[in-house]
Amino acid sequence: MNWKRKDLLDIRDLSKEEILFILDTAESFKDISKREIKKVPTLRGKTVITLFYEPSTRTRTSFEIAAKRLSADTINISSSTSSSTKGETLKDTARNLESMRPDAIVIRHSMPGAPHMLAAILDSSIINGGDGSHEHPTQALLDLYTIREKKGRVDGLKVAIVGDIAHSRVARSNIFSLKNFGNEIICCGPPTMIPPYIETLGVRVEYDLEKAVRKADVIMMLRIQKERGGTKYIPSTKEYSTLYGLTKKHVDTAADDVIVMHPGPMNRGTEIMDDVADGPASVILDQVENGVAVRMAVLYLLIGGEA
Amino acid sequence: MKKKVILDKKAVDRTITRITHEILEKNGGSGSLSLIGIRTRGVYLANRIQDKIKSVEGMKPPFGVLDITMYRDDISKLRSPEVKKTEIPFDVNNMTVVLVDDVLHTGRTIRAAIDAIMDLGRPKKIQLAVLVDRGERELPIHPDYAGIICPVSEHHEVLVRMSEIDGKEEVVIVKT
Repeated sequence: MNWKRKDLLDIRDLSKEEILFILDTAESFKDISKREIKKVPTLRGKTVITLFYEPSTRTRTSFEIAAKRLSADTINISSSTSSSTKGETLKDTARNLESMRPDAIVIRHSMPGAPHMLAAILDSSIINGGDGSHEHPTQALLDLYTIREKKGRVDGLKVAIVGDIAHSRVARSNIFSLKNFGNEIICCGPPTMIPPYIETLGVRVEYDLEKAVRKADVIMMLRIQKERGGTKYIPSTKEYSTLYGLTKKHVDTAADDVIVMHPGPMNRGTEIMDDVADGPASVILDQVENGVAVRMAVLYLLIGGEA
Repeated sequence: MKKKVILDKKAVDRTITRITHEILEKNGGSGSLSLIGIRTRGVYLANRIQDKIKSVEGMKPPFGVLDITMYRDDISKLRSPEVKKTEIPFDVNNMTVVLVDDVLHTGRTIRAAIDAIMDLGRPKKIQLAVLVDRGERELPIHPDYAGIICPVSEHHEVLVRMSEIDGKEEVVIVKT
């Protein structure tokens, strides 16, 4: 197919065909990370800026490594070191950065829609690296890549998404992409963390973790979003972990070849127990590895060719 | 569209047989020999050469598939062309690598292929085998084995059709 998009803002926007094209492209790029010389000249002379207004280790590093393995130059800006602390608006920061002619800007911001606003005013390609509780498209792509790699397919699966659904952009992006491919999705968590009308997205709600994960092909665990006031919605972390912490017992009732995913950072002992996080069903580190390949594919497709 | 057949099915097979023997002759057998086909039709050609080496020498040399898209010099002028997988399941270090492609024209594909292989290791030698050398080089690149040398003007295209993907097998010149 012919890639036509300038920006990657939402997974909701993407057609099945586009998503599969990204995954196929990522497959070609994955091998580069396993070679002795982990670099190809594909994006030589291109510049990628990561502009992060929220803390991140995985996503930012993953984008930077992805860009570097394609020979692009990278500049990292985080809110603590940027002029936003001096009162500059996001629009002004973005316009100033654009004057230095970057080819792509990866932005993470606590305000939903921040990447969309930049995409409307800038010529550079904008990649949403997470906007508030809205979307995190590259996470959904790398999750889908990992599911395809482990299961050999991305459809007809029973997927349990467990945790703070209300505040999780990872949950939202995954619901959109998994739904697009016709999977059965069960959202599980305490009622305070399940947004009203979530069923309108075509998912089922289950408050009992044991029921939610039974016979599941994929279990996606989410973190309590402390930075978005997540702990206000539960009586205590202890109670949460008793009711919604994933244990080996739960995993044993799922499908024989179940995979357990987590977007990180994990709170061990809260939403996931050690023997699950480090157990045979865990694909958490595969997700991180695949994240680099998927972001290489996204960067390549957005800025590799002629705009 | 006018078309002229320069090699038919039988002639293609005979030409591949000759190239195979030339490869074996020049390298003194199939010792440290390996074949890497350039996507798309170079892969099928390399496959045929591999089979023919097997029938002569009794053993198949290692075989790989190379996609040169990531190394193209015109990538920023195209709309993000599709990147396919490179699959080279052997160590290229100290190997004699024979690159196989269908048509040699500007030489830019081969430049990209050489760079791609060098990123995988340090082969002892890289040689080039092509079914058709149509001339009009833009880089100082020369084939070690050429099936047919056939200079055509820029208003013509040389098409190699292979039964595996094209349903028939021939080399034709068409006016563009």
